Amino acid sequence: MQVDEATVRRIARLARIKISDAEAKGLETELSGILDWVKQLDEVDTANVEPMTRVAAQTLKMRDDVVTDGEIADQVTANAPLAEDNFFVVPKVVE
Amino acid sequence: MNSQKIAEKPKSKNLIEGATGDWEVIIGLEVHAQVASNSKLFSGSSTGFGAPPNSHVSLVDAAMPGMLPVINRECVAQAIRTGLGLKAQINNKSVFDRKNYFYPDLPQGYQISQYKQPIVGEGAVEISVDGETLTVGVERLHLEQDAGKSLHDQHPDYSYVDLNRSGVALMEIVSKPDLRSSKQAQAYVTKLRSILRYLGTSDGDMDKGNLRADVNVSVRKPGDKLGTRCEIKNVNSIRFIGQAIEYEARRQIDIIEDGGKIDQETRLFDAVKGETRSMRSKEEAHDYRYFPDPDLLPLEFSSEYVEELKSKLPELPDEKRARFIKSFGLSAYDADVLVAERASADYFEKVAEGRDGKVAANWVINELFGRLNKETKAIEDSPVSAAQLGSIVDLIGSNAISGKIAKDLFEIVWTEGGDPADIVEKRGMKQVTDTGAIEKAVDAIITANPDKVEQVKAKPSMLGWFVGQVMKSTGGKANPAAVNDILKAKLGI
Repeated sequence: MQVDEATVRRIARLARIKISDAEAKGLETELSGILDWVKQLDEVDTANVEPMTRVAAQTLKMRDDVVTDGEIADQVTANAPLAEDNFFVVPKVVE
Repeated sequence: MNSQKIAEKPKSKNLIEGATGDWEVIIGLEVHAQVASNSKLFSGSSTGFGAPPNSHVSLVDAAMPGMLPVINRECVAQAIRTGLGLKAQINNKSVFDRKNYFYPDLPQGYQISQYKQPIVGEGAVEISVDGETLTVGVERLHLEQDAGKSLHDQHPDYSYVDLNRSGVALMEIVSKPDLRSSKQAQAYVTKLRSILRYLGTSDGDMDKGNLRADVNVSVRKPGDKLGTRCEIKNVNSIRFIGQAIEYEARRQIDIIEDGGKIDQETRLFDAVKGETRSMRSKEEAHDYRYFPDPDLLPLEFSSEYVEELKSKLPELPDEKRARFIKSFGLSAYDADVLVAERASADYFEKVAEGRDGKVAANWVINELFGRLNKETKAIEDSPVSAAQLGSIVDLIGSNAISGKIAKDLFEIVWTEGGDPADIVEKRGMKQVTDTGAIEKAVDAIITANPDKVEQVKAKPSMLGWFVGQVMKSTGGKANPAAVNDILKAKLGI
């Protein structure tokens, strides 16, 4: 499967990754190669196979509805580049 | 779009008039309701409202590396209960997906939601508008995380982010495009909210943003295929939902009639200006790249578990309404008013129990609701309890007091409290049914007004004047029926 430059740029934009023109060219080849490699799986007939969601026989773990966490605003904001009064402070974003 | 000629279209009050003929508006709603729970969907932090910034936030909610989500059992139960209340298909197996997008109030970079396999499938909500009953299809209900909140007015160059809401469980309830007017859309949201509140699965508090709607609107000439729709995001009051639809439908009709075409886009409703406007341009249309969340196994539960939850569901508004009409003889209108809120229905039922249901409904709706509205009080804060109002209804029923005195009595109980029967006794408000006393009052009026006595013989409708005089002289306490009878006998009419 061939990935063109426009697709590479769109994917990069959606992932918020900045790429140069030279990188874009290389990624076209790389992504196309990865997709071709994965495409080999199409050879297996999975028409009647349930998607595998677990390796061991496990079910979704659930917890009771009790408050056991939080109230650690200082820790939560400790690594923020910018914080004030326990708010995260970010460049202005208004739609 | 061409304005097609439609020869004989059925006249419908839901059509909107345009320069090229009538238009039909097609509305579908995505309602986001906050699940009533103590802790968040995938973390143990509190869902409490109005806390200091980032206090109800755990390292999971802040999406710190290595943190894993563990689902809240009660949120799952709440979604199932809601599905049952919407008479919907419950899916014993559903899947959580990641909906990927970047925004500062979404620390994970994705929202955990459900995409192809939601917990609840198709259901229905019955609404009545202008006496017409309509079934609105529900497409699906799924569980998802709420995002945080950005404040833009704290600083000229920066936005402030509070993650207290981040990770709180939401139910997104998607309707089919079955709605044809703003009134119907409002009735649908009102009914949905009422059902959620009865079930106790969401408090539906729109002021706190606990229930909000994305409104999809498109227009077409009746009989044409569906037009391009616009989505109005996050409308947070039932009144605004109506306004947004009216504005948006007119905007689209004007564009099409001017030869333009509608761009599919996301819009927002400006409550101050009463208009909708574009939010995101088309080229930035989101590609959410959904995929199953590898941190979460499929959500599975047994049919027995669903049955167990079903057996404990409370009586819902439609059932309650039918029962009130049947066992208390209420009109459909009165029943609608009383069942809209569970607290009102419970109150009414306490007043009506063992008494005349219609009289009880009258007092609850006219006197009590009227008075509560005047002072913008909720029924939970009513100064007159159901027991007290019941006792007033008893006093009327046993002819101890007249309807007029009952209103005075209600006023006293409202402002001063106390046992109504006691008050009537102590303040001498009892109705005079002793015919001797009434006769005395009647005689006095007749003797004092010989001219009026002559007139009433020619014109029996004058009797009302005599009744009024007798009531006045007895301080409103005389039994009106007895006064009438005695007057008629004495005046010979």
